[in-house]
Amino acid sequence: MNLSLPHALAVWQRNLAMYRRTWKWNILPNFFEPVFYLTAIGVGLGAYVQQMGGLPYAAFLAPGLVCVAAMNGASFEVTYNIFVRMHFEKTYDAMLTTPVQPDDILAGEVLWAMTRAAIYGGCFYLVTTAWGLTPWHAAPWAVVVIVLSGLLFAAVGLVFSLQIVTIDLFSFYFTLFLTPLFLFSDVFFPLAERLSGIWLWVAEALPLLHPVRLARLGFAHRWSAIMLWDVGYILGVSTLLLLLCHRSIHKRLTA
Amino acid sequence: MVIEARHVVKRFGARVAVAGIDLSVPPGICFGLLGPNGAGKTTTLRMVYGVTRPTAGNVRVFGIDVATDPRAVRSRLGVTLQQNVLIEALSPVENLRVFGRYHLLPHRLLDARVEKLLDFLELRSHAHVPVKQLSGGFQRRLAIALSLVNDPELLILDEPTTGLDPAVRLALWARVRALRAAGKTILLTTHYMDEAQRLCDRVAIVARGKILAEGAPEELIANHLAREALECECDENEVPALLDGLPVAHVLRAGARLTIYADDVASLADAIRRRDGGERRVMVMRPANLEDVFLALTGSTLEESEP
Repeated sequence: MNLSLPHALAVWQRNLAMYRRTWKWNILPNFFEPVFYLTAIGVGLGAYVQQMGGLPYAAFLAPGLVCVAAMNGASFEVTYNIFVRMHFEKTYDAMLTTPVQPDDILAGEVLWAMTRAAIYGGCFYLVTTAWGLTPWHAAPWAVVVIVLSGLLFAAVGLVFSLQIVTIDLFSFYFTLFLTPLFLFSDVFFPLAERLSGIWLWVAEALPLLHPVRLARLGFAHRWSAIMLWDVGYILGVSTLLLLLCHRSIHKRLTA
Repeated sequence: MVIEARHVVKRFGARVAVAGIDLSVPPGICFGLLGPNGAGKTTTLRMVYGVTRPTAGNVRVFGIDVATDPRAVRSRLGVTLQQNVLIEALSPVENLRVFGRYHLLPHRLLDARVEKLLDFLELRSHAHVPVKQLSGGFQRRLAIALSLVNDPELLILDEPTTGLDPAVRLALWARVRALRAAGKTILLTTHYMDEAQRLCDRVAIVARGKILAEGAPEELIANHLAREALECECDENEVPALLDGLPVAHVLRAGARLTIYADDVASLADAIRRRDGGERRVMVMRPANLEDVFLALTGSTLEESEP
């Protein structure tokens, strides 16, 4: 491991400099997606649902969608954007002519993906708060959950991005991995009420489940010991996956 | 020595990219690696700045082992890659700032460097225009400016003028000469023999991962061939009668064309005319160049040897 935080921040700043020029064009689609889900399903479908998990349906849905927004923000960054920088724009080849090292690039990109997660998740949280679906005093907790979601999905996406050789494979990642996660991770219905026995344990493997539970319990001030497991899962899995990334980014960039 | 490479080998699986290269580049010179695409030039450069580790052998730059301390080495050198790596949405000034931060340059120093480079590479006219709107030559100058942002002692240029039009190439050569005059050491790769001949104090001719010959361009030409070349059309069986007893250093045949190397081809041409009698044979006289040396060493031209 050869990590220098100032160099990692220089990598982060490169992305920030570029984002400041282009954010108007790419923030809107990503931001509106969860807003549409909230309107269509939370408000539209929700009108026919009395309550879910002890809450009005839109209020049940909102915390999960905050995590989904964060997941999307991080995921786009560590998939398409990183692949383009690595293989087409050769950004990392240029960085590696300077004192920046592969581990700095990895750290800088993870920080940047978390930043994007914070921008998307944060904006969406503000929308749900304005709508009265999430409490405004939960903001500090929202920041924690959003940043943790960003870290987790940056790590998951990076592992995938550093293995594949063609950009077309990302459609598999989004359609066969992120979409089912989105649908079956406690966001739309309480998984615990639909599953039983061993399946309850199997479901704990789903990454999105943990930030969603953290958000829902935390926003409602229902602090519980299971949240320690959720935080542990996120930090543990992220660390493990980033160690894998550390190995593969060296292979990719310094062959 | 600024660069000292010893018995450097690089294998990618079964493929041998660099098959045992020794390099010694003293300070203040422009050193060229001349060879066709795929000869191992870029891989050699990558080992010099330490992004690729040699399979065998070792590279020292500024006396530091690149494998053990790449950060220290790279803070003192600059590299212009073959492909321009620019942020298209940003202006030249913004690109320079981003790159300066990779070197952790403090704000004030970076501002001063940016100003200097805008002038040195004539970027000022479009300093605040998004890069994607700039011409190929302008983008190339900016790419070179980026590699100078840390005021490096060693500048590495990978195919600096490939794909540029002749006027832009001449302008870039002038900048490279200015850098050399300012005391920088330059290591460049090229597959243009005129570029190597005009810019480089020393040239290593590279093919299939090996250095075939090394020296000052005139020295390479004089040692392997002769100062001048005479091209003419002539049948294989005429050659002995035509050249017998004449002061010829080397002869190369490509199809019907014969190239004869000698120190004084004008008098050689006169002698051949006399032997031809009244018959007019078309002959072209020119200085011998590095392309001829490459041809003599490998039996093929730079173009033909591309994989």
